[in-house]
Amino acid sequence: MAGVLVLVEHTSGAVDELSLQAVALARQVAAGAPLAALLVGDGGSKAAAQLGPHGVASALVAEDERLAAYAPGAWARCVSDLIDRLDPAAVVAAGTNRGNEVLGHVAARRDLPFAANCVSVSSEAPLTLTRVRWGGSLLEESRVHGPLALLSSAPHMVAAGGLNGAAAPAVESFAPAVDEADLIVQVAEHVDTVATGVSLAEAKVVVSGGRGVGSAEGFGMLEELALLLDAAVGCSRVVTSAGWRPHTDQVGQTGTKVSPDLYIACGISGATQHIAGCKGAKKILAINADAEAPIFASADFAVIGDLTEIVPAITAELRRARSQ
Amino acid sequence: MRILVCVKRVPLTGGRMVLTEDEQAIETRHLGFTISPHEECGVEEAVRLVEQHGGDVTVLTLGPAEAEEQLRDALATGADRGVLLLTGGEEWDPQATAAAIVAAIEAERAAGGDYDLIVFGNESADSGNYQVGIRVAHALGRPIATGLKGLSIEDGRARCEQEVNGGRDVYRVPLPAVVSVLEGINLPRYPSVPAKLRARKKPIERITPERPEARLEKLRLVLPPGQGKRAEILGRGPDAAPAVVDVMRALGVA
Repeated sequence: MAGVLVLVEHTSGAVDELSLQAVALARQVAAGAPLAALLVGDGGSKAAAQLGPHGVASALVAEDERLAAYAPGAWARCVSDLIDRLDPAAVVAAGTNRGNEVLGHVAARRDLPFAANCVSVSSEAPLTLTRVRWGGSLLEESRVHGPLALLSSAPHMVAAGGLNGAAAPAVESFAPAVDEADLIVQVAEHVDTVATGVSLAEAKVVVSGGRGVGSAEGFGMLEELALLLDAAVGCSRVVTSAGWRPHTDQVGQTGTKVSPDLYIACGISGATQHIAGCKGAKKILAINADAEAPIFASADFAVIGDLTEIVPAITAELRRARSQ
Repeated sequence: MRILVCVKRVPLTGGRMVLTEDEQAIETRHLGFTISPHEECGVEEAVRLVEQHGGDVTVLTLGPAEAEEQLRDALATGADRGVLLLTGGEEWDPQATAAAIVAAIEAERAAGGDYDLIVFGNESADSGNYQVGIRVAHALGRPIATGLKGLSIEDGRARCEQEVNGGRDVYRVPLPAVVSVLEGINLPRYPSVPAKLRARKKPIERITPERPEARLEKLRLVLPPGQGKRAEILGRGPDAAPAVVDVMRALGVA
């Protein structure tokens, strides 16, 4: 069987965790056939050296100064050139913004089917796979019909794993045939944003509010509790649609995906849209007046009652416990 | 500017999904429907660009006859006309969807109309295939920038902003172009009652495209394991506060 090509993303020479998950998915498709990795950008050779224990036999590092700034069309050109050269059975990337975008371009350029956000795949032709829908609230089993399959791996749903004792991959640099048309859409400028407070995506504790908080002002008590816990404040989609909080605070399928040690859901009913964003939390505490709210089917701990009484009581109890 | 926005009708799933007996779809008998969230912001973004630069907004969807409801919603928030690519209600794979949209755009072009900007959502809420807009852009030979949280027109180019770690990447894309947007690029307006009434009279063109064989063939849907855990009830009302603090301490976060 032909091998499998994996697009590996890296940050200045360190392989991204999500790309190691993509390599693991590629191993499922390859079923023992050789894995080749494509790395684009500065530090590619250094990153490639880390891939041996993950079963990658060879690494191709695209070196072209025109690739210094990200251009999806140029990355897709690199993948497409390697498809011609290696004739792989599949191309796999991480289900990141870039991974999905580049595979989308390869799919469009070569008129191939592309399955985004896969969690598992069989190695037999025609290839069958399981992928996520609704941000992970539902799974889909599909079959891919085409000369080769393009697959991305659903973030944090494939274990990266690792093999022991594998040799470092053979690293080769190659010059892709990038032309002007591939560079029409290219990052022209990067604007830094100044971080304020605790980052929602990285917080150890998130205090989140939904419709039950009642108003923009109602979030004051959540902010007070969050301050004590060094937590970030989050919210549900209803809250951002109402304009009570900015969209940057939204936890959910169309907002931020969080993975704190504790997620405190206050007055959040628990729509699938929201759960898709907080199911990565180690523990979920739900505070809700409705004992039948769907959030309790996703939570580890529950407090039933009026959050406008419960949240200030928790804040007071924390202060009291700390002063002792 | 003439702008086309492509939207998808999706169910409002609420708290719990139930599948149909044939495992091909979500049971929607008791559910409402909406425009998929990213695309709702796409409509708003197009309407704002036209308010600023002049022009008109066409909204297009591929779906069953009932998807007229989502076109009317978009017409009520400022779009001028609709195009409904009628299906029998079955799901079309991304390649088939893109091909039908491209055919509709090319038919429009043959009739003397063309779009300066075509707007998609980055991915639909339900199937999340992340590719229809890119396929349409390639078929039309136009550039595409995806996943945008900022969009403006400057000197005949689209200034496109993407959120990345620690900031924003900016692209300057020549028109005509295709873009895909994310929720949060704007806060969509609610339609007024008069706007809803006016939307009823706006034109909708209906086309029935032929459905090609699926190349990403859906076999069945499956609910993920581990649903429906039972939360441990720490208490009712403010009296539960000490038990909550105990849990926080046990987790090492207090």
